Amino acid sequence: MKARKRQQGFNRRLRPATWLARHAQVLFSSLGRLWQRPLGSLMTLLVLGIAIALPLGLHLLVNNLQQLVSQWDSGASISVFLKENTDEKTVKTLVRTLQTEQTIRDIRHVSPQQAMEEFRQHSDFASALELLDDNPLPHVLLIYPRDAKIPAKKLQVFLQKLENHPEVELALADLQWVERFQGITHIIQRAALVLAVLLSLAVLLIIGNTIRLEIQGRRDEIEIIKLVGGSNAFIRRPFLYEGFWYGLFSSLIAMVLIFLSALALQNPVSHLASLYQSDFQLSGLAITTTLGVIGSSVLLGILGAWIAVHQHLGDMEPD
Amino acid sequence: MIRFDNVSKSYPGSSGGLREVSLHILPGEMVFLTGHSGAGKSTLLKLVGLLERSSRGQVWVNKHNLTRLKPADVPLLRREVGMIFQDHRLLVDRTVFDNVALPLVVAGLGHQEIRRRVQAALDKVSLLKKARVLPVTLSGGEQQRVGIARAIVSKPPVVLADEPTGNLDPELSHEIMQLFQEFNQVGVTLLIATHDLALVESMQKRILTLEQGRLLRDSRSSEST
Repeated sequence: MKARKRQQGFNRRLRPATWLARHAQVLFSSLGRLWQRPLGSLMTLLVLGIAIALPLGLHLLVNNLQQLVSQWDSGASISVFLKENTDEKTVKTLVRTLQTEQTIRDIRHVSPQQAMEEFRQHSDFASALELLDDNPLPHVLLIYPRDAKIPAKKLQVFLQKLENHPEVELALADLQWVERFQGITHIIQRAALVLAVLLSLAVLLIIGNTIRLEIQGRRDEIEIIKLVGGSNAFIRRPFLYEGFWYGLFSSLIAMVLIFLSALALQNPVSHLASLYQSDFQLSGLAITTTLGVIGSSVLLGILGAWIAVHQHLGDMEPD
Repeated sequence: MIRFDNVSKSYPGSSGGLREVSLHILPGEMVFLTGHSGAGKSTLLKLVGLLERSSRGQVWVNKHNLTRLKPADVPLLRREVGMIFQDHRLLVDRTVFDNVALPLVVAGLGHQEIRRRVQAALDKVSLLKKARVLPVTLSGGEQQRVGIARAIVSKPPVVLADEPTGNLDPELSHEIMQLFQEFNQVGVTLLIATHDLALVESMQKRILTLEQGRLLRDSRSSEST
């Protein structure tokens, strides 16, 4: 009992300046360690960079497709073909009636003459059309709904409602393919998410394994540090910083890969878009996404290193 | 400073270890631990340096009860105990300076203080001029002196040495012992395990003799009786 009372505590105090200086020193010395084996580090970083770039590239693709779809959304319309012999006055009355509908954003009237002219300009049948005695084309109303992403069931109801007007022969929606395209985009989006999860796990394992090999290579050093009083935190620190650097550099490599890929695709995409009378341009990564990817990669790096150190440090006791 | 109360240490499937050893080493003592191979000398040192835990009994070092010490406190205890080994245990890819500085770095000392103390320790073991070389370029005796400088650089109250002269010729062994004596004169408690009886007897210090894990003889008790 007396002996217990005599037991003294240890001095654990560390000045904040010393603590900071120690962290700063380990931060840069762990960077130096990567630099000491440039080829090995570069290969690991490239593998990690590609693993991060793959889901990121898919994410970028989805973003661009959504942007493209939103452009098409605003141009997507319902074509309402009026009955033959409907006169101009009736058409105008119908347009006025439809304009009161909340669900309709805009209506464009294409007269038979205008339709014939457009057909002549955009088809190879100009000479054949000259042979026709009468213009067989009806009045058409192009209706632009307020919400271009109308669900299929609602769209059917809406088309039926349009067809209920006595002047209307047929109502056709060209929104369905946009909806299908959106469906495909959602699948790609989900695939990107699944890929991101799987490749994040791969990044975690690659960094964890790299750090594990590093720990095993420095087994003697770790045992000697423990002999002279190095705590687990002291030993763990350089490996965690190494994980930090792996995460940071691999995310930067991924950004460069994405940038170069986008650069390579920019001209062909613009050319293709121009063929469809579109001024669509590939957009890059948003700043929030960029920062998010860098932050997540750094966290994955530290986590991978932590797991490796936690698993192996306990086995390394000096004897 | 160091106290063993009926301490036993056994290893599964081995007859080695320690059996009910009790001893008390006072602050500032220089004590030799002798005995044949397998007598338990290294085990006793490992218990003091917390490289092993006792199976039974209590071990006290510098007023800390090692039997009750929490795992998180083990590194802190080791900072109070300098250890010297026959195989030196130096970091081969670090300079002499960096090797000696290691205990101070883990203790969180500032750069200036580390430089001052390492230079003083290297000066003490006459290796100041070799501070920037790698240990592999040094002779066995010099490497041992680097190990000694590392053990004393943080001014621990207790220094343990396990066969420190095992690989050295008699002249170098004597030099190392002179160094230990100098540390002892400034109050450091030294516990040195060796089987070199001639060297031990020439030092005229307290001798603990172990045999098959038991404390066979304590020269201080013999003198007093």
